[in-house]
Amino acid sequence: MKNTVNRHISKSTRSNLIMTGAIALIYTVSQIMIAGGAMSNLMKGLLVPLCYYSILAVSLNLTVGILGELSLGHAGFMCIGAFASAFFSKATASVITNAGVRFTLAILIGACAAALLGGLIGTVVLRLRGDYLAIVTLAFGEIIKNVVNALFIGIDRNGVHFSMKDSMALNLTQDGEIIVNGPRGITGTPKNATFTIAAILLILTFVITTNLVNSRSGRAIMAIRDNRIAAESVGIHITKFKILAFTISAALAGVAGVLYAHNISTLIAAPKNFGYNMSILILVFVVLGGIGNLKGSVIAAVILTLLPEYLRFMQDYRMLIYAVVLIAMMIFNWNPKCVTWRKNHSLQGCFAMLMKKTKKEEA
Amino acid sequence: MKIKKVLGLILTVSLAAAGLAACGTQESPVSKGGTAEDKFYIGAMGPLTGSNAVYGQHVKYGAEIAVKEINAAGGINGRQVEFKYEDDEHDPEKAVNAYNNLKDWGMQILMGAVTSGPSIAVAEETKNDGMFQITPSGSSPDVIQYDNAFQVCFADPNQGAASAKYISNQNLASKVAVIYDSSDVYSSGIYEKFVEGAKNSNFEIVAAEAFTSDSKSDFSVQLQKAKDSGAELVYLPIYYQEATLILTQANDMGFAPIFFGCDGLDGILGVENFDKALAEGVMLLTPFAADAPDEMTQSFVNQFKESYGDIPNQFGADAYDAIYIIKAAIEDADATPDMSPSEICDVLKSTMTKITYDGLTGAGMTWAATGEVNKEPRAVIIENGSYQLFE
Repeated sequence: MKNTVNRHISKSTRSNLIMTGAIALIYTVSQIMIAGGAMSNLMKGLLVPLCYYSILAVSLNLTVGILGELSLGHAGFMCIGAFASAFFSKATASVITNAGVRFTLAILIGACAAALLGGLIGTVVLRLRGDYLAIVTLAFGEIIKNVVNALFIGIDRNGVHFSMKDSMALNLTQDGEIIVNGPRGITGTPKNATFTIAAILLILTFVITTNLVNSRSGRAIMAIRDNRIAAESVGIHITKFKILAFTISAALAGVAGVLYAHNISTLIAAPKNFGYNMSILILVFVVLGGIGNLKGSVIAAVILTLLPEYLRFMQDYRMLIYAVVLIAMMIFNWNPKCVTWRKNHSLQGCFAMLMKKTKKEEA
Repeated sequence: MKIKKVLGLILTVSLAAAGLAACGTQESPVSKGGTAEDKFYIGAMGPLTGSNAVYGQHVKYGAEIAVKEINAAGGINGRQVEFKYEDDEHDPEKAVNAYNNLKDWGMQILMGAVTSGPSIAVAEETKNDGMFQITPSGSSPDVIQYDNAFQVCFADPNQGAASAKYISNQNLASKVAVIYDSSDVYSSGIYEKFVEGAKNSNFEIVAAEAFTSDSKSDFSVQLQKAKDSGAELVYLPIYYQEATLILTQANDMGFAPIFFGCDGLDGILGVENFDKALAEGVMLLTPFAADAPDEMTQSFVNQFKESYGDIPNQFGADAYDAIYIIKAAIEDADATPDMSPSEICDVLKSTMTKITYDGLTGAGMTWAATGEVNKEPRAVIIENGSYQLFE
């Protein structure tokens, strides 16, 4: 009976339903806890970051796990999405007064801007074989950060002013407003990102990714990952599918950037938030959660975001312990001996053994 | 397969639930019992890790000394002070986390953040919560855009304008070159106001050379341009790490103008492997000099050295003052610990414009309703390996 039901629900739908259900359940529990005053301020503040880090991890997993290419500049796409959307929100704050409409547009703009650059880079680099994508994205992330830091954009009644030198070169009139102020970035972005929107976007990300993976295109993408020559020989357009996957991945990272920008009021392109370290952090989520395992990415992102905050009681040893835990988790997850040990001692194994025993006893 | 999926789901949910539940159990100390209500909870934050850690550490130490002194002398209006300091890693996002953490601890007044970016991010939160905020060293004007936030240090624009005025009034030079970090909030903020201030002064800016945080090891190009332009004074609105390189490289190429900096240069004498003789004659505008002979400074410096084995920089002094300013404001407003943070904020912010405070970083400090401090800038000159007040 069970099997017949399962046959009617496709693999992607089931996977979607499970994850959507899990996120919806966590969302409901959180909302009840907030309403009942049982949630700490720290956790309340972390809900939106948890969502955008999860989106980042899932989107990078699309490139690294499904497409099989290494990207070291994921924070760069996040940066694009963040700045494009924050610029839009700030510039139109007085024109579009409905926050819902404005934020929806901002999300679309952030995703499109990141997708555009992702597609551009993909078109050039993904034609090549080898690790060129890693090299180019690494440079891209740094370049984006520096370009944004040299960008000055202001608006006054004569229109938009633009400069790459300093804010005085904008020649704004008295009533003009500087929107992007070079290294000082964008301040005063409206705080529109709520946990509800973030959770919806996370579910959307998940649905988009799983549907892509389980579609005809997804199978083509995985075929390229597994054996490029074989894929080519059955007529798969290698570059097209590679660019498709990479662009979607970039667009989703852009969405995460939009959430980031609309969650804190000051947006600076510092090495800390949009630099190389951030890209590596996202890669760590993916590797730790399991390459190609989308759910794992979310769990790893959640744990690794919460960990440094809950280690605060350790004071000066906080970062040290964080690093040690990270290493221990990596070994536990990936060391071949640990993997065999886990297989022999897994919960599932115990469960199965128990089942067998009870069956035997019954018999 | 099926079991695996279900198990995975159960694990995910239980993990998340455990995570959420764990955070719900943290109790704020105020609710714990009667005694806690007799204490003021002052929270603070700043970078303890990362490249700006030295500032955060000095703020932490400076504030701890002040709290220790206040508690030993009987507290504020007879109430003891509890102090907690969180790391924000000089990251706006982490600063908000640190702030929320402090709120869970029961914070009533915030002293922070140390650096500008995090201060701006936190200011948005304190405004929403109605929390009184005083930053020892977050110098960007955006930090005090709301009426609940106050600064102990000069705002960046003031430093730039004050430098221009000072150079002009003292007739230090007629041709000035500027070398600044265009990727840094602090540096580019001062630079812009300096250029503005230079317009109505008796010197001209003959060269303005920028560098970024990615290229801050070789300054020969910038120095050569400054030298070729015939500058008599080089203005350095930057931090001391880069300034040591500039001084060394200028010396190598035989370029010896007057070097003039802001409070970022404070700490230059403490850099390891730096020939202090090169810093002779460097002038800087800073509110605090550890060598100042007055009793207050000496007692602070001695305590700092004793407890932490270091000579305090301006940041430590700012934090020390910030705690005493909070004390003065509470005493003036007669605030009590059983008031809610927003009630405390309301009475303190109206008091802040009335009080006058004499501290380490300036005498007769007063505040405007905007949150900006009003005090005299002081210039010090490095002579015989120590800071001397320049009259």
